[in-house]
Amino acid sequence: MSDARRQVRALMRRGLNEILRVPGGAIPGVLAPTIFMLGLSAVFGQASQLRGYEGVDFRTFIVPVGLLQGAGFTGAATGVNLARDIERGWFDRLLLSPTPRSVLLAGIVASASLRALLPASFLLIVAFSIGVDVPNPLELGLALVLVMGLAATMACYAILVALRFRTQQAAPLMQVGSFIAVLFTTSYAPRDLLSGWLRTISDINPVTHVLEGVRQGFVGDVTWADTWPAFLSLAGLIAVLGALAVRGMRREGA
Amino acid sequence: MRRPVVALAKRALRTQVRKPQFIAPLVIFPTLFLAVTVGGLQGTTSLPGFPEVDGFLDFQLAAAMLQSLLLGGVSAGISVALDIEGGFFDRIVASPAPRVAIVLGRVLASGVVAIAQVTYFLALGLIFGASIKGGALGVLYIYVIGIIAGTGFGAIGVLIALRARNASTVQGIFPLVFVILFISSAFFPENLLSAPADVLAAYNPLSYVVEGLRAPIVFANDAEALLEGVAAAAGIAIAFTVLSVRALRGRLREA
Repeated sequence: MSDARRQVRALMRRGLNEILRVPGGAIPGVLAPTIFMLGLSAVFGQASQLRGYEGVDFRTFIVPVGLLQGAGFTGAATGVNLARDIERGWFDRLLLSPTPRSVLLAGIVASASLRALLPASFLLIVAFSIGVDVPNPLELGLALVLVMGLAATMACYAILVALRFRTQQAAPLMQVGSFIAVLFTTSYAPRDLLSGWLRTISDINPVTHVLEGVRQGFVGDVTWADTWPAFLSLAGLIAVLGALAVRGMRREGA
Repeated sequence: MRRPVVALAKRALRTQVRKPQFIAPLVIFPTLFLAVTVGGLQGTTSLPGFPEVDGFLDFQLAAAMLQSLLLGGVSAGISVALDIEGGFFDRIVASPAPRVAIVLGRVLASGVVAIAQVTYFLALGLIFGASIKGGALGVLYIYVIGIIAGTGFGAIGVLIALRARNASTVQGIFPLVFVILFISSAFFPENLLSAPADVLAAYNPLSYVVEGLRAPIVFANDAEALLEGVAAAAGIAIAFTVLSVRALRGRLREA
């Protein structure tokens, strides 16, 4: 195994160990998307009577939003953890190591991708147990890959914020970023039912494509037309935010 | 008694103003949620059984206020927990100030913050086209219910902080704010909620608080809704202030 891969794995393991060492810290991030899914379904469930939802049950419609919210919370938590490492000086010690900055970033981001599976699994178990249709393994696998990709994206964003402010007190900024990215899309209603300003924002927001990519397997069949924009959006977001995060890390060491 | 309560309330307010991370979530999250629900679910006002309203923003404005006031309670709890962790609490206890002032000062500060929260959401609503059917008197009712409710939620935060004693546990109740909101009529009419939320909402005091805040905006000044709103908010405020004072005494006995 190459040095880089070993280092990425070590950093990934450290990130995942957080769940075992501080389980209390992980609980809100795991529970919140499921609470939102159940709550929103109970509150706005009748909305699916509106034309535009095409008969899709609101619970099914909202499950992908919960999955992406879980990815967003995980990404934000990664940034908060990095900010804590910066405050305590652990990150400075890491920067003194000969590990390339891109490898450091890859390790932290990879741990976020894997951690995102925890809220996603919990949410899916609850969703399926209350009657949401189970997609086939391919559709489910595609959804989870996209969820992991969004967690990586949100982790890059949160790392940028952590490097800029160097304090855990910047946590709301990290959470708000993921909140806006996920909810200002076709999250609660199909595009045709959105008001003009929200439709414009959701059209511009690349996370809309990711959401539609995740949702397609839950509300119908997976199509290439809904899949490639999701991956292209993720690739673009990771390229831009990842490059900015690496640059931020290089400046840290300078 | 009055001077230490006011002094501690002033200190609590200064701390909040100096630390924008305590103030920002109180308005940012409810504002974003308001924007997304109004922008995405405006069509639901045409559902059979939805009360006649000028727009979904009018209906949702009270929900955003209530959400913000509840988050204010969480913020008050975090502040108290940080005071405990940082040793300020012990220094106050060692001073000759009456113990009960610790609770009352923080609760009073929550009431003052509530004035700012209600003002912010009323201004936001009016800017984006909402109207207050109850006029100036309706606005007054909204302030009265909002301040009493904000005081009560502050007391809940203080109670949790005194029991939990650390800020991260208090912060962990953030998702619970949404749980209790989802099982109330805050975001949607009670008759259109799915089971079991509809049944739970009928017994949730927050439903009465939110209907009291909503009535002057949507239906003019409905005396029954307003009285129920005041009664529910006052009940929460009195009950949790008493419980907080008891929790404080219990904590001091342990010390």
